Amino acid sequence: MTTTFLAAVCVVGLIGLILGCLIAFTAKKFDVETDPKVDKVREMLPGANCGGCGFAGCADLADAVVNHGVSPGRCTVLSASGLKAISAFLGVEAEEKEKMVAVVFCGGSLSRAARKAQYNGIMDCRSANVAGGGGKACSYGCIGYGCCARACPFGAIEMRDGLAVVHPEVCRGCGKCISVCPRGLIRLVPASVKIHVYCSSADKPAARRKVCAAACISCGKCIRADGQGRVVKQENGTIRINNENPPDVSLAETAGCPTGALQTEEAHRALQSISPEDSKK
Amino acid sequence: MPSNEWLLITVGAILVNNVVLSRILGICPFLGVSKKLETALGMSGAVTFVLTISSFVTAVLYKLLLSAEITICGITVDLSFTKFLVFIVVIASLVQIIEILLRKFAPPLYQALGIYLPLITTNCAVLGAAELNAGANNGLGRGILESTVFGFATGLGFGLALLLFASLRERLELSMIPRPFRGTAIALVTAGILAMAFMGFSLLVK
Repeated sequence: MTTTFLAAVCVVGLIGLILGCLIAFTAKKFDVETDPKVDKVREMLPGANCGGCGFAGCADLADAVVNHGVSPGRCTVLSASGLKAISAFLGVEAEEKEKMVAVVFCGGSLSRAARKAQYNGIMDCRSANVAGGGGKACSYGCIGYGCCARACPFGAIEMRDGLAVVHPEVCRGCGKCISVCPRGLIRLVPASVKIHVYCSSADKPAARRKVCAAACISCGKCIRADGQGRVVKQENGTIRINNENPPDVSLAETAGCPTGALQTEEAHRALQSISPEDSKK
Repeated sequence: MPSNEWLLITVGAILVNNVVLSRILGICPFLGVSKKLETALGMSGAVTFVLTISSFVTAVLYKLLLSAEITICGITVDLSFTKFLVFIVVIASLVQIIEILLRKFAPPLYQALGIYLPLITTNCAVLGAAELNAGANNGLGRGILESTVFGFATGLGFGLALLLFASLRERLELSMIPRPFRGTAIALVTAGILAMAFMGFSLLVK
């Protein structure tokens, strides 16, 4: 009995000792030297691993920044002060970049857009787009099943009354939502532009009005009210704010948009009340 | 060994006595890394890799040291009761060493499996395979080559269950599920149904 006990202690202890030495040996012998600079830069990056920079993640970008001279400005999420900190750390000139935010160019919430059907399929915009385009009648507008909201790594997109609404103060402009929207409604615009035409329909104006109370009917009132080319009509008939030279936010009132498609960003958000159906989700 | 014995070990480990769905081992990674097919694939690869190597190493240890009767000072001792302790220590250190070596010599493989390897250190599926190898043939243990094959097949079985489950969960994400069932609840129900489906394989081997 005692011998068995002693032998067990010895054998297990010996195995433990041998394994411990083996780990210590391999760890020392086959150690991979990592550049401490890369680790430092990775810590300074946001760490969201969103892939907005085009690299596989923050660690990949940190490596590229340190070893391959890629600008830390590639990170779309990085704040201006963060960019400055990294640039100072690496001793390179910080480049100025304008903050971009995503905007969903549609105002067709459930209470404004007409419905054509009851959709009971998979609650996902891309699936709904394949299967007849969801419940809303407009074939250009927001389907409203929150693909973009789920894709957002920062929780900046909220589904309000069946419409995706971006909170620009939370949005970091990584562009993940753009690629998942089957209708292509989301664009990155400079954060300083605070007024937009929230409609992307390329239907004939009368047809747009039929399916949505908030549609832009391309009447051109805003273009005339502005008169300086800061609001432009695009080739497919939709009207857009000129992002390089945006008009003052007061245009939303002075233009007298008949459908309310032209809105300041804040008013657009406030307009979409949170319906009880959404808050349940 | 006749060839149908090998088939028995392989098919038995993958389908009939599937490590997750029939033996209920390795449930933690089964539920934890099955949200996305991509990560499930990485985990399956890592588990198969580690299982194969650890089955080999533990089988060698068991055969040569633990199940062999050692005579010290004229008294014979049987150390097979320490197998759990030894297996845990050996597997944990093995995973550590593999991780270091992979990082040095196979960076792409390390990139693919790297984050999953430390998770497997204490995975009960890995320990379970070692224990099953040791306990086979009335405690005599399987042969070294058979053990390695069994470990590999167990890993494949784990991978099969994990990939099936991950696909189901990805599909479930998009379905309308009653509120109390969302998340882990429906995942556990799904796992149960999947396990029942695998019970159908129990008559495959007579």
